[in-house]
Amino acid sequence: MKKVLIREERCKQCGICVDACPKNAISYSSEINSNGYQPVVIDDDLCNGCGICYTMCPDWVFEILGDRG
Amino acid sequence: MAIAKKVPEMLSKQISFCPGCGHGVVVRLIAECVEELKMEKNVIFNVGVGCYSLATPSIEADKFDTLHGRASAVATGFKRCNPDTLVISYQGDGDAYSIGIGESFSAAYRNENITVITVNNTNYGMTGGQMSATTMPGQKTTTSPLGRDCNTTGMPIKFPEMVAATFPNAAYVARGAVTTPKYVNQLKKYIMNALKAQMNNEGYSLIEVLSPCPTNWGMTPLQALGRVNKELVDYYPLGEFKTRKVK
Ligand SMILES: Cc1ncc(C[n+]2csc(CCOP(=O)(O)OP(=O)(O)O)c2C)c(N)n1
Ligand code: SF4
Ligand code: SF4
Ligand code: SF4
Repeated sequence: MKKVLIREERCKQCGICVDACPKNAISYSSEINSNGYQPVVIDDDLCNGCGICYTMCPDWVFEILGDRG
Repeated sequence: MAIAKKVPEMLSKQISFCPGCGHGVVVRLIAECVEELKMEKNVIFNVGVGCYSLATPSIEADKFDTLHGRASAVATGFKRCNPDTLVISYQGDGDAYSIGIGESFSAAYRNENITVITVNNTNYGMTGGQMSATTMPGQKTTTSPLGRDCNTTGMPIKFPEMVAATFPNAAYVARGAVTTPKYVNQLKKYIMNALKAQMNNEGYSLIEVLSPCPTNWGMTPLQALGRVNKELVDYYPLGEFKTRKVK
């Protein structure tokens, strides 16, 4: 089940969320966005919806769905 | 149960900072607080000159790009003419403590009812990483290529501590950081306290934020976070230096 939405276009592949995710649920896509970065993808089976990626991302990529997930 | 979190409506456009730049987190936290206080229609983002000037095109709320260093003086004017408007002065260490130290100090001295948020990344990011008043001892920058020599340039300034120690009337003074989840959550509380103090006419509020500048530090984003957490928080302690009298 999806717990987090990603706006791929905004990701700059800085790696901060990948490092901060307590579940190691974040990796990079093989697609390239229009700024030339490979945006993050989340493994929904590993993700627990904790929101740390939202907290740390400087580029406003994530939305945590909470109860709506 | 996971808690829903959504970037505030007023930040619907992409922001153009470098990858891993801390400014993006600070802008988002301020916008979250403004939204939670329901002040989106009655706020002015009063922005100095630095990389954060790149944020104004992405903020859909009232905003004003001031002259470099003069942001606290311009914020004073906004607040005195519009006392019910939430006035947020977003500045950098170069803006607030080098060229603008006079205006910053004077606004604190007069106990202006404004909120100043100063992002300290220990250099002038926008112009290529020159030494600022907060550059660390020994830190190499484009204007201190051998490392900052404090015998000739003085010690890095600690403005929040100065304000808290010098101006007993100041409403709220704190220093936060954006480099761990805990720090980010703490910083949001500090920003909220400062904005509430202003809305309650308690006087001057100031928050300094330790923030990475991976580009000019010559580091990866993760190395730059590490520098803040290992080196900067020792010299620039985090926490509240002055708490609100009214709660
Ligand atoms: C009057 C004036 N002097 C110098 C400059 C050049 N200048 C632009 S930004 C800047 C320093 C910004 O540093 P800081 O406030 O620390 O922000 P950062 O870019 O690091 O976020 C300088 C010196 C200017 N724009 N105007
Ligand atoms: S919500 Fe938590 S677990 Fe899920 S990707 Fe983000 S940081 Fe990882
Ligand atoms: S923190 Fe944000 S910008 Fe950086 S890699 Fe993660 S999603 Fe992309
Ligand atoms: S130069 Fe530094 S402060 Fe400016 S946008 Fe890049 S990382 Fe941020």
